[in-house]
Amino acid sequence: VASITFSEVERLARLARLDLTEDQVQRFTRQLADILEFARQVDAVDASAIDAADLTSSGDDRLRDDAVQPCLSRDEALGAAPDADPQDGLFKVPRVLNG
Amino acid sequence: MTARTAAELRRAIAAGEISAGDVCTESLDRIERIAALNAFITVAPDRARSRAAQVDSDPAARQGVLAGVPIAVKDNICTKGLRTTAASRTLERHVPLYDATVIERLEAAGAVIVGKTNCDEFAMGSSSEHSAFGPVRNPWDPSRIPGGSSGGSAVAVASRAVPVALGSETGGSVRQPAALCGIVGLKPTYGRVSRFGLIAFASSLDQVGTFGATVGDVALCMSIIAGRDPRDATSSNVPVDDYVAATAKPIGRLRVGVPRTLMADGVDEGVRRAFDEALDALRSDGAEISDVDLPHSRYATSTYAIVVMAEASSNLSRYDGVRYGTRAPAATTLGDMYSRTRGLFGDEVKRRIMLGTYVLSAGYYDAYYVKAQKVRGAIRQDYERAFEKVDVIATPTSPTTAFRLGEKLEDPVQMYLADFFTVSANLAGIPAISVPCGFADGLPVGLQLTGPAWGEATLFRAAAAYERLTPWSGMVPPGPAGR
Repeated sequence: VASITFSEVERLARLARLDLTEDQVQRFTRQLADILEFARQVDAVDASAIDAADLTSSGDDRLRDDAVQPCLSRDEALGAAPDADPQDGLFKVPRVLNG
Repeated sequence: MTARTAAELRRAIAAGEISAGDVCTESLDRIERIAALNAFITVAPDRARSRAAQVDSDPAARQGVLAGVPIAVKDNICTKGLRTTAASRTLERHVPLYDATVIERLEAAGAVIVGKTNCDEFAMGSSSEHSAFGPVRNPWDPSRIPGGSSGGSAVAVASRAVPVALGSETGGSVRQPAALCGIVGLKPTYGRVSRFGLIAFASSLDQVGTFGATVGDVALCMSIIAGRDPRDATSSNVPVDDYVAATAKPIGRLRVGVPRTLMADGVDEGVRRAFDEALDALRSDGAEISDVDLPHSRYATSTYAIVVMAEASSNLSRYDGVRYGTRAPAATTLGDMYSRTRGLFGDEVKRRIMLGTYVLSAGYYDAYYVKAQKVRGAIRQDYERAFEKVDVIATPTSPTTAFRLGEKLEDPVQMYLADFFTVSANLAGIPAISVPCGFADGLPVGLQLTGPAWGEATLFRAAAAYERLTPWSGMVPPGPAGR
């Protein structure tokens, strides 16, 4: 039976960089277990004859010239950021390491 | 005035009988009257009035295919200079720097965008309750959900605030709310409509879809937005058929397949009755009804859950509070800033990101993701075989009518099962339309017709012929919404 524990949910949240309250971890543990059990219904299908790699191409892939196209200016791109230094052309973030 | 179809409005505006400005004002008034349904996140009266004035002042613009037609747009489709939130706190103040291709095309045809509609956050949901801006309500019974995720667009059309609206589809997010609100909704073939500017959710499934009060209006809107776009590598060069002409054709000896086995359980009695009556109507018009088998479609919802969560977890990694969108305050390190910012996601988005992370992780990847991809292939093959024998496949769009607000909110699996009949078309990449087919206990029921890839014209022909046989597309909800 597919199941998932409190600490696994905490770990997934850490991997996916999601702040969760303890109450959320509690609730999500139960709900994610339900969903995984539901997802495991696919186990009942014998799909051994199907090659998953065959499914990824639509068969009409197109190439284009590798040429510069119009795009956002640096100022426009920085203008949407929560914190930026337009002078130096930088996105600004909090320090990477504590200390 | 806005109770008229887009086709009627366009004709009257082109003929100078009414002005785009008057049509726009009436649409904005109706939006105000249905405010309690919470269908809109942002209404854009100034932008709309100025666009309408442009149409009125330019005789050439008045001849556009959608000249002066008010249109509502789901808030996960980017509109330059007009806030686009995807119903998420992480994009609460996000103003896009560019228009989606579908927006460019509609505006070039003269359409007037009146506002951005409420939906499930990042289009993840089947009830339009998972919105940072509060739930949307069904105009037929405001204690019930309108369906989702494109619930606001469905409500805007059902209430006749606009004749047409855009939504997006990943697993039924246009067809299911169309069914539950008593209007028409189309999910095109994967690759038929450009997704440039559609906020990504699950990229192997996402597609822009259209709502209308009538099949003809959906066809008209699709004729504008369909076709290749160099900015979306998945959009196709396959020629676009004449959808509007298709709606005028008789149904002929259309071969309709019905997957009876798939419908054995879980379908409400009232839905089943309306569906069977719809088949009778199609038969009386010359269609040939037969059984088809789609043996793997019963696994479609679980297959879909795995695929969609994997892709969502990958797509939503971009929301990091660095380049655009909201940044959570008071973080002291970069890692802390990421987690707090992403902590702003709602519960359903968090669940899907975590499950996607899980099914893509070493040790689980083969059992979940690879297996789901294979079952997806089997589902697609079932359809290919079925379409050797029939032209379209008919099912109810939704196994139930609109459920009550809150009813499935804490039970995700029950919520996912609301998409039982819709997800397989997305997994197979094929088009499907929902058209109103009656009522059960006063709530609308939808008939879903699914076709082979690039078969939109056949769906329009069949749905329009069905619409002419029945009164359902003309039904408008009671109360302030309807009058």
